[in-house]
Amino acid sequence: MIIPLEHLLVFGAFLFAAGIYGALTRRNILGILLSIELILNAVNVNLVAFSRSTSLSPETGQIFALFVMALAAAAAVVGLAIVLALFRIRKTVWTDEINLLKW
Amino acid sequence: METLAFLFQWGLYALLAVTAVAAVGVVTLANIFHAALCLVAVLIGVAAVYAALSAGFLAAVQILIYVGAIMTLVIFAIMLTERIATPASGTANRLVFPAALGSLVLFIVLSRLIFSTAWPLRPGGNAPLTAEDLGRALMGPYALPFEVISVVLVAALVGALVIARKDRP
Repeated sequence: MIIPLEHLLVFGAFLFAAGIYGALTRRNILGILLSIELILNAVNVNLVAFSRSTSLSPETGQIFALFVMALAAAAAVVGLAIVLALFRIRKTVWTDEINLLKW
Repeated sequence: METLAFLFQWGLYALLAVTAVAAVGVVTLANIFHAALCLVAVLIGVAAVYAALSAGFLAAVQILIYVGAIMTLVIFAIMLTERIATPASGTANRLVFPAALGSLVLFIVLSRLIFSTAWPLRPGGNAPLTAEDLGRALMGPYALPFEVISVVLVAALVGALVIARKDRP
């Protein structure tokens, strides 16, 4: 390892906290999707750092990072399809103007 | 050799810092298009971190899938739904202060936990994995999750088509 594992984990935690902040505060649905991609990348950084340095099976971390990427792609595709369908019906991407399911 | 390792180490720290700044840009910039471009910078930075951790295959996959495919889709969706020239007003909701406080507390608690945990480290790190090792693992112990992922991807593809198409029969 060229830098200590803890520094990479702190970097991952920072990306995760920034993603949580974005997902909570963005009014634009696409902004929320961007924040979720940020969170998934934080997890991947941790998985790859562990795969490089811990004494457990080294393939497991990288393979799980691959699976996370595949699921992130699936989530992004379905999420963007929902955003486009919603925009066609309601002409808005602001979350507080989308209240179809309220009352 | 010593100076090369030193430069490499501090270059990696600089890369982490730039990526973290771009991540802050993703969640705070008012223009959603600029935020998406910041996310592209974050993804490329993370790919460079993978390469520095000698996970070359993952770095290539990150560039191909995230930067090449997902971000293209996201920017396409932004251009379809947004007037980019006119900056939108009020891009954050009322939760800005509590959410900032909460994520700051989360980050501090996570950092304290990270530094106080005894990780089962192997001194010197593991040998770097090649794409061949990953392929053997995917076809061996992880064959079932690999197949399940392909089913999930097909389901997401069909579901996205059904949701986003225009006319309903």
